[in-house]
Amino acid sequence: MSNELLFGDIAALRPRLASKEISPVEVAEALLDRISHVDPKLKAYNHLHPENSLAQAKKADVSLPLGGVPIAIKDVLNVKDDPLTCSSKILQGYIAPYDATVIRKLREAGAVLLGRTNMDEFAMGSSTENSAWGVTRNPWDLDRVPGGSSGGSAAAVGGHEAFAALGSDTGGSIRQPAAFCGCVGLKPTYGRVSRFGLTAFASSLDQVGPFTKTVRDAALLLEVLSGHDVNDNTSARRPVPKYTAALTGDVKGLRLGIPKEYFIDGIDPEIEQSVRAAIKHFEGLGAEIVEVSLPHTEYAVAVYYIVATAEASANLARFDGVRYGRRAQGATDVIDMYGRTREEGFGAEVKRRIILGTYVLSSGYYDAYYNRAQKVRQLLRQDFEQAFTKCDAILTPTSPSSPFKVGERVNDPLQMYLADIFTIAVNLAGICGLSLPCGFTKAKLPIGLQIIGPQWGEETILRAADAYERSTKWHQERPNL
Amino acid sequence: MSTASAVAYEAVIGLEVHVQLKTNTKMFCGCRNEYGGEPNTHLCPVCLGLPGALPVPNQEAIRKTILTGLMLECEIAPRCKFDRKNYFYADMPKNYQISQYDQPLCLRGGVKLYTLAFPKDVQKDPQANANKVIGLTRIHLEEDVAKSAHYETQSGIDFNRAGTPLMEIVSEADLSTPEEAFAYLSALKQILVYGGVSDADMEKGQMRCDVNVSVRPVGQKEYGTKVEVKNVNSISAVRRALRYEIDRQTENYQSGGIQKQETRRWDDPQGQTTVMRVKEQAHDYRYFPDPDILPLRTDIGQPSLLDAAKADLPELPEAKKARLATAYGISDYQASVLASEVALSAYYEKAAALAKNKLAVANYIINETLALISDVAAIPVPAEYFAELANLVDEGKINNRQAKEVLGLMLAEKKAPSAIVAEKGLAQLSDTTALEKVCDEAIAANPKGVADYKSGKVSAINSIKGFVMKATKGQANPQVVNDLLEKKLAAL
Repeated sequence: MSNELLFGDIAALRPRLASKEISPVEVAEALLDRISHVDPKLKAYNHLHPENSLAQAKKADVSLPLGGVPIAIKDVLNVKDDPLTCSSKILQGYIAPYDATVIRKLREAGAVLLGRTNMDEFAMGSSTENSAWGVTRNPWDLDRVPGGSSGGSAAAVGGHEAFAALGSDTGGSIRQPAAFCGCVGLKPTYGRVSRFGLTAFASSLDQVGPFTKTVRDAALLLEVLSGHDVNDNTSARRPVPKYTAALTGDVKGLRLGIPKEYFIDGIDPEIEQSVRAAIKHFEGLGAEIVEVSLPHTEYAVAVYYIVATAEASANLARFDGVRYGRRAQGATDVIDMYGRTREEGFGAEVKRRIILGTYVLSSGYYDAYYNRAQKVRQLLRQDFEQAFTKCDAILTPTSPSSPFKVGERVNDPLQMYLADIFTIAVNLAGICGLSLPCGFTKAKLPIGLQIIGPQWGEETILRAADAYERSTKWHQERPNL
Repeated sequence: MSTASAVAYEAVIGLEVHVQLKTNTKMFCGCRNEYGGEPNTHLCPVCLGLPGALPVPNQEAIRKTILTGLMLECEIAPRCKFDRKNYFYADMPKNYQISQYDQPLCLRGGVKLYTLAFPKDVQKDPQANANKVIGLTRIHLEEDVAKSAHYETQSGIDFNRAGTPLMEIVSEADLSTPEEAFAYLSALKQILVYGGVSDADMEKGQMRCDVNVSVRPVGQKEYGTKVEVKNVNSISAVRRALRYEIDRQTENYQSGGIQKQETRRWDDPQGQTTVMRVKEQAHDYRYFPDPDILPLRTDIGQPSLLDAAKADLPELPEAKKARLATAYGISDYQASVLASEVALSAYYEKAAALAKNKLAVANYIINETLALISDVAAIPVPAEYFAELANLVDEGKINNRQAKEVLGLMLAEKKAPSAIVAEKGLAQLSDTTALEKVCDEAIAANPKGVADYKSGKVSAINSIKGFVMKATKGQANPQVVNDLLEKKLAAL
């Protein structure tokens, strides 16, 4: 398999597969070979099962939308008969007994499932350092983090160890690592993609989405993943548009909003410069740039860490050693067994968030924290509704900083939480957003541009992103691995 | 002490009843909702609380809860919302229970206590005839937990029950006696069965009852310290447990004792309660809205859940009782016996529809049959046989005395009344030519009776009639014999 194909996107690979110029097995073998050389450095994968992937490749129907295309899966999604760990010791040895809906959809679309990718434990983190299985490295600089929590998926796609990957985004866990690893990451509107089979972190915020090398691939993946699921009460009964057909390359007259609250002190100047240049570029493409205001932005991080931790404290209660997963030995009774199992099984960040979430729901604190956070969440939603009366999409940096060094923020949770400052409000509002490469720092670290759309506005943000991508070359840069 | 013992105490009782709904599938997944079955056979990722599984609310369960609320005259919430109730317990798969906290589906309403709902031995008491209505606080819908079994060195959990739709029906503290509690549960069960929402069998755990009881000096406004009694597994056990607990608390106070707020366990064979735990702090369940389930409107839709529940409203016991009494000309008592069970009234109505004498059918079923077989489902013959029996009497083919005999044989041998009559040669003699001969013999054999009759002692005809009946082995139609004898005696 040529390097041109291996480093290219799905849109370039598919015609070659369809014409039988190259077989799915050859593609899978080429990727597995690259993984065997590159992954010891990146550590993007928690689990690989090459025979299984090759067996799928052998049977792949190349006439299907993703026929024969290898895709990596974040270790938070259930893949039947494969391990599911969420990068946590507490799920060590657990084998998923069913397929997540998105996995079923990928299979039905002919995709070849590659390994499970590393992540922050239970998707809690912004650097993939909170993993029981070790730290994933940034393909552009191995001393730096790939972002998180879907850092393994981002590094796998950014490092060309997969053509695409699935991740989950609760407060930026797709977009921020996509920005850090120089790939495209899309967080769909809440309810667009089924959450059935996605291990829950914060149920009202979680959404599954794709990591891809290009915007057109993101549109293709979203088309496959979207749609109502009877198994997910929060998934929307809405027809799925043909997202690939929305990529007209034309943004003339498109109104792009620039929220003044997102260009704040503390933002890396190189990032601000690149994003401002991207805005100019859009203007050059015929888009109309308007200033908008999202006045409650400063509360987003606080609201997020109340809502998300409250939901997580309940969602993670099921990991108790009674029915599955790891069970601590030597317990004197069942309460002691819970304590020991959870003490041994969960990492520090997960414990911190469970404690925080338990606290904000406690009687006497509920109104001051959880209830008030829900009210502010409503205000954040209204901010966006207001803004979208003036514009069709919003442009912001994806992250205020470029990839930081491994270990640099592990002892400063607050600093770590601020890595998601530009992405969190999108989840709280339930709307959609994507990140795509818009430049590099002097140290050759990728910079991400976030395009935010209204509810069900995926076609608009994909169209804008694609128009930008077509007229720039950032996505063609490759890391030196 | 002597002054304290002079004070009379009264009880204040409130009941929390959990009722498993009779639905095809569980509350939040597609697993079968079925009592019994091999342990851990009705399971899926959802009711096992596996990572990634999501709950999808069962519309049938919501509709049946609304139906229950309508039958009990509750206000139905326009919005159905679910909350998470957080606590760790080995039989709870997610370590939170999906329940309803601040917006229960049904509010207020009540259960009317009627005479027959009381225990038989107090049905003549004033309390059984007061038509008291017990107020309800709320009815909410939640999921049942799994079932634990404890063995010598380990415990087992059967998750078949986990996720069964469960209604919690909370009464006001309106009950004052163990008999009222008995009547409340009987009346509630009757309505639940009427609506087809549950079989409400306490022995099967389909209806479970937590009893809250305190006593206070008569006339005192404030409640006494509340004691919760658990492990009460039948309606009659609720009565026994309450009797014991009220006496115990009263004696305790009268002897100067103090009651702590505690949970006690009823031991039915021993007939006593023992302390399970003294209430420490109130448990903090950290309720919050379940983000996995979108709130839904009960009053909007084509049809709305509320409209669908209304369409399912059955004829309720009160209405049925009134209708049976007027439509069939039976007594109020008979009507209320028949209306006490849907199956029983259906059985009666089926028979009555085919019979001319509907009162006779009611008598056969209530007086003759239910005395032997208390459960209508156990009556071994079709309802049509009762109609046939009544019609045989009505047509003069057998007399009432014979009818009782046929009824006994019908139930014992499960045969149709006409078949029994033919087989046993029970057909009543109404043939006048055959009877005339016997009557002539009777007159000839009873000169004294004839003489008495002729001298004006009309009742003397009975001794002559007795001869005829004896001679015909009781098969003669008494009315026909009477007419014949009167005619013949007049002609003498």
